[in-house]
Amino acid sequence: MEETIKFRLNGKPTELTVDSDRMLLWVLRTDLALTGTKYGCGEGYCGACTVLVDNEPIRSCRTPVEDVEDKEVVTIEGLANNGDLHPLQKAFMEHDALQCGFCTPGMILTAYGLLQENPQPSYSEILQGMDDNLCRCGAHKRIVQAIQAASKEMKGVS
Amino acid sequence: MMKDTPASEMLESECCEPVDEQRSAFQVSRRGFLQLLGSGLLITVTESVSFGQSRATGSRRSGTVGARLHIGQDGRITVMTGKVEIGQGSRAQLTQAAAEELRVSVDQIRLVMADTALVPNDGTTAGSRTTPSTVPAVRRGAATARELLTEMACERWKVDRGTVKVREGAIVHPATGRKITYAALAGAKDIAKVYEAAIPRDVEVTPVSEWEVLGTSVPRPNRRDLVTGAHRFPSDIVRPRMLYGKILRPPSYGATLSAIDLSEAKAMDGVVVVRDGNFVGCAAPTSFRAAQAVQAIAKTASWKAAPHPSSKELFSYLKNHARSGGGGRRGSRGGANGSVEDALEKASKVLREVYGISYIQHAPMEPRAAVAEWNDGTLAVWTGSQAPNRVHSQLAQAFGIESGRVRVIIPDMGGGFGGKHTGEVAVEAARLAKGAGRPVSLRWSREEEFIWAYFRPAGVIEIQAGLDANGLTVAWDFTNINSGGAAIASPYEIRNKRTQFLRSDPPLRQGSYRCLAATANNFARESFMDELAAAAGADPLAFRLAHIENARLRAVLETAAKRFRFSERKGKNGQDVGVGLACGTEKGSYVAACVEVSVDRKRGSIDVRRVCEVFECGAIQNPDNLRSQVEGCIIMGLGGALTEEIQFENGKVLNPSFRQYQVPRFADVPELDIHLLDRPDLPSAGGGETPIIAIAPAIANAVFEATGIRIRCMPIRGVALKQG
Ligand code: FES
Ligand code: FES
Repeated sequence: MEETIKFRLNGKPTELTVDSDRMLLWVLRTDLALTGTKYGCGEGYCGACTVLVDNEPIRSCRTPVEDVEDKEVVTIEGLANNGDLHPLQKAFMEHDALQCGFCTPGMILTAYGLLQENPQPSYSEILQGMDDNLCRCGAHKRIVQAIQAASKEMKGVS
Repeated sequence: MMKDTPASEMLESECCEPVDEQRSAFQVSRRGFLQLLGSGLLITVTESVSFGQSRATGSRRSGTVGARLHIGQDGRITVMTGKVEIGQGSRAQLTQAAAEELRVSVDQIRLVMADTALVPNDGTTAGSRTTPSTVPAVRRGAATARELLTEMACERWKVDRGTVKVREGAIVHPATGRKITYAALAGAKDIAKVYEAAIPRDVEVTPVSEWEVLGTSVPRPNRRDLVTGAHRFPSDIVRPRMLYGKILRPPSYGATLSAIDLSEAKAMDGVVVVRDGNFVGCAAPTSFRAAQAVQAIAKTASWKAAPHPSSKELFSYLKNHARSGGGGRRGSRGGANGSVEDALEKASKVLREVYGISYIQHAPMEPRAAVAEWNDGTLAVWTGSQAPNRVHSQLAQAFGIESGRVRVIIPDMGGGFGGKHTGEVAVEAARLAKGAGRPVSLRWSREEEFIWAYFRPAGVIEIQAGLDANGLTVAWDFTNINSGGAAIASPYEIRNKRTQFLRSDPPLRQGSYRCLAATANNFARESFMDELAAAAGADPLAFRLAHIENARLRAVLETAAKRFRFSERKGKNGQDVGVGLACGTEKGSYVAACVEVSVDRKRGSIDVRRVCEVFECGAIQNPDNLRSQVEGCIIMGLGGALTEEIQFENGKVLNPSFRQYQVPRFADVPELDIHLLDRPDLPSAGGGETPIIAIAPAIANAVFEATGIRIRCMPIRGVALKQG
């Protein structure tokens, strides 16, 4: 059913009329031209499609767009602040925490949620917190290092 | 099965030597080329470039400087390559190669990759060939350009070549303090002769001892775009008026369509239905709508199923269908030395074992995707493939158009691992786009990727070997059925050897994989070497060293054993903990790994706790990227070693999802000690593949040490360890 849905997207009020059964992932990518959010499985098993809804990471491939009505959605495109990269983005670059980079937006936003809940996670807490995100290139070690570095960098901030 | 099944993909995948560039309508004149670079059409170029003021300067004939690079009057240098970036770091490495020879910083270089209208054909991105083939090609082109530009400056100044120096993109004459930049020369009238010059095969390139850019850890040039979501992967490409496609897939392998009713889908708003025999697909303004249309069609379809073997009988099936003659082109890799029969007869001990290798899927994070756009009978396709030129000819052939009317563009993509050598998704997208009369984006679902992409071949490997009274191997007989000939030849010194690869009748569509069959062959060989060592009552390390003459293989093995303290740790581990090692060589590089595993015999699970891997591939061109590749190989290797396996029955894949098909995760990543041996005295070999071949056999050997149980299959099924 076509419905008009309103939410805030990367800080801006957004309103669109769409089939409300469609998943947020595809609405973001197709209707809103934000292709930074990736499709990796469509079943909730890989985390490539992770976005923040009200500051919490969710899997946009399993979230009907109607569920974000009146909520605040942040995608990878909206994480930087006026061109200033988020510490996680910087750390991913500095630690080369990626190879192809296809899992990266989902990794960064999942890590964002993890650090929010636990600003100074231990090594094994990071493994646990990231375990449902898949990376086929095998950048895992560096992703953990990047998250550790960002956690240090963010200490005292927020 | 799909029409474009590459029956022996794996045999072709290594044949990636550059062939002559095909001329095409898209292979534009230099003026057109500059315009293209300046226009938004070229996805790989994200900023607009100020080539507009350049004059048209002759041809971009294959093998010329102009086909390889362009010097902008703004000082920016555009370098062109047919190689693709799949995460392996070719963009950084090829940029370094050009910067090194041009004596400029990497930031001055923009690398245009894999756009068949613009770049030379550098072959498929496979077989670890970028480092030994394309890096030298780019270096030769850049060195030729540098020398010709230097000559131009010398002519102007009427000075000798020996009196000038080239640095930071400029030619300087220290005696008079004169200096002219490449950018200034690029505006000169006679610049055309630089572009038209052929690149000599023997142009001198910078020796390793003088490298300034190569040999350093230059980061990925587009890393910022990758962390901000700005990079457009193949599945992210959008064209004006574009529709989204979906294909109707058969319910099982080999099923054929006997009846179908398209009317319901055709009546749907905005939906275009395209049918051509077994090919049925829909295009619509959203992928949601396209999927609904295909669902409506699927309900009406009746299929005729075809018999298909099951993965339960895979190994006997492959063996029963084995046929000789498979050595074919790989025969050279195998072959025979001495007399194996005689030696086996005279041996004091003979061992025979059989190893089984399951089918696995590459499962790159980005499934196959393509956007196709027709314009006045010409076709442009953006897609994720490792073989742009192969896709190019596949498209020309599929639509019966001149190759000059096809353009293939490969944006940096989300992984490949040898799994994207084909162009099926490009052909499908182009069919839909043709039917719809509008551009179509087609992205395979994860399930399609699991079922319809080609697989890493399964195999059966039979080995027999004989030991003499001194515990040395005197006979070696190795047969690989179906999985392939890569690294099939034993690197060990054994007087009587016979090695062969036999084809079979593969039940699944199979093709290349990271390091091809080298993983399978090395798994069987290195497992068996441990079995032989045990039979000889020898230590696995000493037993191997007694059979190795190759100094490079010895060096990696000894270094790994030493770093890991293998000899000290062997036999001194707690219950259900063990250490194992393995080594190997392929594609001109050498690897050894030591691992520690702990097994849970109640649950039948294997935990790889520590890995020490030593890798050597000649002179290292980008240490950090190489390290990344080794890490990636180890982690990917864990999947094939322990959990990944395609199960199928009645023509259906039983585990086509990340829920059932388990790939390595964060919790699986062991403690890693990676050591790269740099050999500046040796030519550089590629490093994105061979590091994967040692991990599985080292694990199997460690499991044996821990439990006394030898598991002769990949994945190494822990269920064999279950007690009670
Ligand atoms: S695409 Fe959403 S979890 Fe994989
Ligand atoms: S970097 Fe390629 S999938 Fe993670």
